[in-house]
Amino acid sequence: MLADKDRIFTNLYGYQDFGLKAAQARGDWDKTANLMKAGQDAIIEEVKASGLRGRGGAGFPTGMKWSFMPKAPTPERPNFLVINADESEPGSCKDREIIRHDPHKLIEGALIAGFAMRARAAYIYIRGEYIFEAKVLEKAVAEAYAAGLLGKNAAKSGYDFDVFVHRGAGAYICGEETAMIESLEGKKGQPRLKPPFPAGAGLYGCPTTVNNVESIAVVPTILRRGAAWFKSFGRENNHGTKLFQISGHVEKPCVVEEEMGIPFRELIEKHCGGIRGGWDNLLAVIPGGSSVPLVPAAMMMDVPMDFDGCKAVGSGLGTAAVIVMDKSTDIVRAISRLSYFYKHESCGQCTPCREGTGWMWRVMEKMRTGNAEIGDIDTLYDVTKQVEGHTICALGDAAAWPIQGLIKHFRPEMERRIHEAKGDDMLEAAE
Amino acid sequence: MADAAHTPNEADARAQFGAFAFSAENKKTADMYIGRYPAGRQQSAVMALLDLAQRQVGEETQTQGWLPVPVIEYVASYLGMPYMRAYEVATFYTMYNLAPVGRFHVQVCGTTPCMLRGSDDIMAACKNRGLVKGATTPDGMFTLNEVECMGNCASAPMVQINDDNYEDLDYDSMTAILQDLSDGKQPKVGTQLPGRHTVEPYGGATTLQAMVDKNHDYRGEY
Repeated sequence: MLADKDRIFTNLYGYQDFGLKAAQARGDWDKTANLMKAGQDAIIEEVKASGLRGRGGAGFPTGMKWSFMPKAPTPERPNFLVINADESEPGSCKDREIIRHDPHKLIEGALIAGFAMRARAAYIYIRGEYIFEAKVLEKAVAEAYAAGLLGKNAAKSGYDFDVFVHRGAGAYICGEETAMIESLEGKKGQPRLKPPFPAGAGLYGCPTTVNNVESIAVVPTILRRGAAWFKSFGRENNHGTKLFQISGHVEKPCVVEEEMGIPFRELIEKHCGGIRGGWDNLLAVIPGGSSVPLVPAAMMMDVPMDFDGCKAVGSGLGTAAVIVMDKSTDIVRAISRLSYFYKHESCGQCTPCREGTGWMWRVMEKMRTGNAEIGDIDTLYDVTKQVEGHTICALGDAAAWPIQGLIKHFRPEMERRIHEAKGDDMLEAAE
Repeated sequence: MADAAHTPNEADARAQFGAFAFSAENKKTADMYIGRYPAGRQQSAVMALLDLAQRQVGEETQTQGWLPVPVIEYVASYLGMPYMRAYEVATFYTMYNLAPVGRFHVQVCGTTPCMLRGSDDIMAACKNRGLVKGATTPDGMFTLNEVECMGNCASAPMVQINDDNYEDLDYDSMTAILQDLSDGKQPKVGTQLPGRHTVEPYGGATTLQAMVDKNHDYRGEY
């Protein structure tokens, strides 16, 4: 198990004050200017060397993302850093803990990351429903300004840098980076076609990098303790520590920072008090938030919880939002409720997603009650394949994958319901 | 996108809110928000200003507020943007109310992580107190809505009422919260489980115990 001294978010549970003084006593903002003295390219190289992969779900190497930014921005066309705090993926609840309990890690990370990518300012886009969290963040930013850690000559580094908080107003799609940029510009959050990628033309048409809260908040600690320290955790290509968020049918749901690649069973046993009703009662797990396919119990037990480990069982680590379902779960309803979520959150821009998410939800509701034909399962599967990959952003894929996972692993259960609803007792008669 | 709200008659809304303008204090706040964006990019502040306007309507009507057409028009002209662009924003995001709500906006999360932990019971507790999904109680006290994942999954099920989250709910604690609000009392915000602090495992953190009692600095142990 990861030692407490190697945990980055030491005030994760908010037992102590989030404020600047308490954060400094825990090690934040400690000689930040010295870290920046190494220079922009050296910081990017260090982050690359640490093996940090984006914590927002896609797992793109963070240092490499930063290196796409122009090296000589002009005042008319400055670089921007946008921090994605629009945490809305069902199951995800880690950025909330960072923001309300350890906001100075994020703000210091914003300065260092912004400096490394030669940005003039950072916008932190926080989801509208995080009302309390946004207040905490605003307070923490104000503290940093008052202490000279932001603004002109930020933290006495000689670099001018601003951090602004922008509140959303309730739209899951704004977690998609180009939708977030649209929303920041004061428009509907509808994703843009790529290319151009944000690093070329993002916010206000200027070069922009969008990073997840956790990706940014771990950077100061990585620089202080060295890339080798961070890289010493986890397997090849899956390094570092990670906030896991375990919800659903475990004895004690929680958020906990652990080493990447911790086996699923160990994660649940050590921190969550086991599965409700014991391991034999485990039905399925969604290991990375609602957008990734579910994994049946037997396949999940020994999976290393990292990008490659979850991929190997046909799913993904996503944001490490682990949704656990025991045998009392109506699995078709659980997935159908996710289908409703995607129907609700589709931005309406692309036809396959706008029409498809509603259609898939309605058919999933039929599957839930069994009021369908056996052939409808194949039709449903076909439609998910027609939505997947045919939309501007990944919301269409995210709506399709949970249903594909359900059909792949629980088709017999779906068929059983259809037979039962028809009063079809042929199965019993055959015995 | 939310299901279409039953927007009140526009003529009535104009009669009531036609003279809407930010209060002196809100004007200051609005200008502070606009200052966060580069010159000429004041449209970026439309989300913040719509929220501010909705809150002011709420204060004026003793509710959680909503956005009548003349109020959206006011915000659009404040920012020098076409009305339609502001209206698009107001209709796109779920937190803008396009119809009046009550004094307490009860938003029960019903997405899968909350569903697995018993959000059906939370809904039932609301219904048994006379709340109806998508409607306001006749006394104007409670508006009930089911909302999508609110990001409190490790302390599910949860409800957001006005600006406060109530977590780790069950039927009884939800009933008690509604009772308190009816009685004019402020219930305890956050987790409702006795002894739980935030999102640590219930019964005691498995990590970072040194942080529980004092602001521990781990750097000496590196």
